[in-house]
Amino acid sequence: MSSVPLVATSAQKPWVLPSRGRVAMFCVIIAESAIFTIFVVAYVYYIGKSLYGPTPQKVLDVPIFNTVCLLSSSLTIWLAEHAIEKGKIVRFTLWWALTMTLGAIFLIGTGLEWRRLIEREGLTISTNLFGTTFYSLVGLHASHVIVGLTGLLIILIFAVTGHVKQQHAERIQVFALYWHFVDAVWVVVFTVVYIIGR
Amino acid sequence: MAGNRDRRFCSSWIPRGVLLLLWAGWVRCFAADPGGGTSIFNPASTPAAATRDLAYFVLGITGAIFLVVGSLLAYVIFRFRQRSQDNIAEPPQVYGSNQVELAWTVIPVLIVVVLFLATARMIFAIQDAPKPQSALDITVVGHQFWWEFRYPKFGFVTANELHVPTSNPTDPTPTYLTLLSADVDHSFWVPRLSGKTDLIPNHPNSLWIDPGTPGVYLGQCAQFCGTQHAKMLLRVYVQSPADFEAWAHAQQQAAANSASVAEGRKVFETQACINCHTVKGTVATGRFGPDLTHLMSRDTLASGAALNTPENLRAWIKNPDDFKPGSLMPAMKLSDQQLDQLTAYLATLR
Amino acid sequence: MADSSIPIGGSLDVTSHGRSTPTAIEWLHEWVVTVDHKKLGILYVVYAIFFLLVGGVEALLIRLQLAAPHNHFISPQTFNRLFTMHGTTMVFLVGMPFVFGFANYLVPLMVGARDMAFPRLNAFSFWMTAFGGLLLYYSFIGGSGLYGMGSAPDVGWWAYAPLTLRAFTPGHSTDYWALSLIVSGFGTVGAAVNIIATSLSMRCKGMTLLKMPLFVWLNLVVAGMVLVTITPLTAAQVMLVIDRYLGGHFFDTQAGGSAVVWMHFFWIFGHPEVYVLVLPAFAIANEIVPVFSRKAIFGYPAMVAASVGIAFISMTVWAHHMFTVGMTSFGNAFFTLSTMLVGIPTGIKIFNWLATMWGGKIRFATPMLFCTAFLIQFLVAGLTGIMLSAAPWNWQLHNSYFVIAHFHYVLVGAIVFCIFAGIYYWYPKVTGRLLNETLGKWHFWLFAIGFHVTFDFMHIPGLMGMPRSIYTYEPGRGWETWNLIVSIGGAIQGIATLIFAFNLFWSYFRGKRAGNDPWDAWTLEWSTSSPPPAYNFPVEPEVLSRRPLWDLKHPDDPDWRYE
Repeated sequence: MSSVPLVATSAQKPWVLPSRGRVAMFCVIIAESAIFTIFVVAYVYYIGKSLYGPTPQKVLDVPIFNTVCLLSSSLTIWLAEHAIEKGKIVRFTLWWALTMTLGAIFLIGTGLEWRRLIEREGLTISTNLFGTTFYSLVGLHASHVIVGLTGLLIILIFAVTGHVKQQHAERIQVFALYWHFVDAVWVVVFTVVYIIGR
Repeated sequence: MAGNRDRRFCSSWIPRGVLLLLWAGWVRCFAADPGGGTSIFNPASTPAAATRDLAYFVLGITGAIFLVVGSLLAYVIFRFRQRSQDNIAEPPQVYGSNQVELAWTVIPVLIVVVLFLATARMIFAIQDAPKPQSALDITVVGHQFWWEFRYPKFGFVTANELHVPTSNPTDPTPTYLTLLSADVDHSFWVPRLSGKTDLIPNHPNSLWIDPGTPGVYLGQCAQFCGTQHAKMLLRVYVQSPADFEAWAHAQQQAAANSASVAEGRKVFETQACINCHTVKGTVATGRFGPDLTHLMSRDTLASGAALNTPENLRAWIKNPDDFKPGSLMPAMKLSDQQLDQLTAYLATLR
Repeated sequence: MADSSIPIGGSLDVTSHGRSTPTAIEWLHEWVVTVDHKKLGILYVVYAIFFLLVGGVEALLIRLQLAAPHNHFISPQTFNRLFTMHGTTMVFLVGMPFVFGFANYLVPLMVGARDMAFPRLNAFSFWMTAFGGLLLYYSFIGGSGLYGMGSAPDVGWWAYAPLTLRAFTPGHSTDYWALSLIVSGFGTVGAAVNIIATSLSMRCKGMTLLKMPLFVWLNLVVAGMVLVTITPLTAAQVMLVIDRYLGGHFFDTQAGGSAVVWMHFFWIFGHPEVYVLVLPAFAIANEIVPVFSRKAIFGYPAMVAASVGIAFISMTVWAHHMFTVGMTSFGNAFFTLSTMLVGIPTGIKIFNWLATMWGGKIRFATPMLFCTAFLIQFLVAGLTGIMLSAAPWNWQLHNSYFVIAHFHYVLVGAIVFCIFAGIYYWYPKVTGRLLNETLGKWHFWLFAIGFHVTFDFMHIPGLMGMPRSIYTYEPGRGWETWNLIVSIGGAIQGIATLIFAFNLFWSYFRGKRAGNDPWDAWTLEWSTSSPPPAYNFPVEPEVLSRRPLWDLKHPDDPDWRYE
């Protein structure tokens, strides 16, 4: 049978399929959530099981400021998405830069917290079960923040050099999904580490 | 519907003959094993017997399913194969049937309910069986690649060959094993006595047996634990209560100390042997390797890797890798004279 | 048909520019830089076939050692590396590449698309998988070189802790295991994302989800599973590397860590993984059985529901690999129940295949021979699985040769048989030539006989108390004869596989020309030429039913009247 174009007459309903970028990002988020779940389960299972060494109650300070910064960055990125949907590139760039700044503050704050824990409290990844699970989980999240910041920076450079236009709104939204995911994970990590675990 | 082909299949002597053959094969393989077998269908203790009963039940149900579905498949293959080349019209297309789908969903669900209830009952019966006061407690510690057995009630430690008393159904004296590990995961499996349970570091487990017939029951480690996992063998000696008491009494004694083997004892105590081995009543209190206080009371060496003869013992000490390459006992690089003296000394540790 | 190449000023331009015969360098370049789903699919399958042969050699060496008790053919260290590598190879370098190879080639064609949703991600995923495999096999020569098989992993494909910690396994064998699988894991997740995006976002007009071929449905379900199945393994392996190199204590029992946690994490991956491997085998059977029975698949919606059901239930059964670790009786009972439950949708699928064949006109060409054997063998495998699900019986059978027989019944008896069936079925589409039918039948019968000689009889030593992962065993326990028989069956399968490899090669040059649709089938890939053009379809197809080509061939009796 020769190659036959298979066109049949059908009802004139518009054929709409979900955008592949969005589908892909959701898949990535699901996969990453599974990884985080395993680290969270390990963290929760090992709460209170360290045989020696510093405990969460003793050495952890609740990072309120950092958390506020990171969660606000979800708001600012949402405002940026809004701006570009309406074609307001300058406003978009400003909100985008603010998002990046807030994310960077969070990251620096995490770094400072780790420096204090390592140098003053003597808690490293090899100290005890708490150290291992804490640095692994918070570090995994921080590495995702770094990836997010890298993406934010690249897009910021494109925006500042005039390459971002209104028609890119969909792509911006797909990327923003990732950033929202990073923030949502922090809510879970924060709750498990600084509230439940202490 | 049925042609000659179907009639032949239904004739009675083929299935009867096959069944007879299967039963004979079954008995030959599994059930008729008077001495030292390891078949799970030849239980000598309650947990193993209960498991075998459950196994027969499950086999019965799954066998029936196999016969039914398998016969249907065989029928379909023969009945609906394309016979002639010229009849190329497509057969009637049937897309599905809700009633049929329902039927063959409901029936499996019912089968699962029955199977699950029977199994769950057995799980609770074996795992949560109440422990009688008369139970004997033994602690088993898994090592790479040998078994340590501690008898807290009697106060002695032995290795690789487990002695337990028989248990009478009317007056049960089961043995309860507490399972620990000194290094990696192991698993205690003596099929005729019980299903296996793992020895996991930092995770104590427990297993009970109540063998009724004296004898030697074989098994081995059943969780890959490293290079010599294959030779971490088990021998369980089930003895009458009197014999067991006698054996335990002998194990409780301190090590024999004969003057005729004084040089050998000196070799033992000045080489690094005492770092790993214990000989009760001497300076040797090492716990990394097996307790040697009554080494000669055992039938095998190196957890079943060799028979316990003076020749094998000497060869083992000379180079453990000859018997068990990868075992954690190093070759001590002793001279021939030292080896002779040492073997002579160890041979007195009955 | 060259893929586009960026003309960088002054660099060597190796595109063939439409010249009919590319040079060797041009041909190689085309394959290395390709982002075409068809070429990547072929690369995956060729890769898988290569490692199938390698893994098969590893198995034959194992069987030579075990053919007699106290054999000295291989040292214990080498043996432990062999069975670890055999398992790891077959799951990650054979099974998964076959899954993604078939999916890559066929899913875009079956949904009427021009390529996968993300062609470059597709290429990236293949090469990550490939490099992971190369890293794993580099372990043979890394470290201390070929002596004793170098640093190849020797901790079992399940790599239980704390054996894998540095205290108990010095050297790099565990590192090769963990790192190579992390690398190939990225490839696996990338491929899964692509399959989902393609199935959801690239279907041609008229193809609603419930009109997709079942092959696409099952691969969609598998891809969804991969997202939450492979990732726990990656997480656990990262934890293992942290323990080994950063002094972590995840599985360090001396510091309060737990060996059981590794087991949970590994089997949360490991059990759904076997469904990730077997569902694509069902996908192949779902295409072949109807075509060779000349009937539509019976109960399409039920098949979709059963597949989704299997995916979900299979996430709840993992601890049936852990019945002996000392879980509570409630834990054991729960996992017994969930495991028995997963047998229900699986059984439904078998019944639906039977019903498809019922009333049909079955043509037993080689693809159908393999699928028919698959049906019988999968039935048996499922039933031995039910036996293993009964926890008290599992306490005897766990880690014995009964388990090995069971899972090889699934992996070889179901999955490999379906893969062979799929290769015989789609080889004409990929190459334009049919595989030789006589050689195919020789392959089938020899392989089936060898398979049954090996794996039927392998159940017996398990029932007689023979554990797995042992490089030798004691005489006098009644295991010797069975082990010898099992080994002989392995040799027969080896010969059959060589016939298959020869057939693949010979038919590429001398096989009968296939035309578009040699099997008189009904899904979209059979409407293109064999092999299809680079762009797949000149015009985007539009479909009205699940079997668009049936509608075309039977305009008086189209499917869309009945669906």
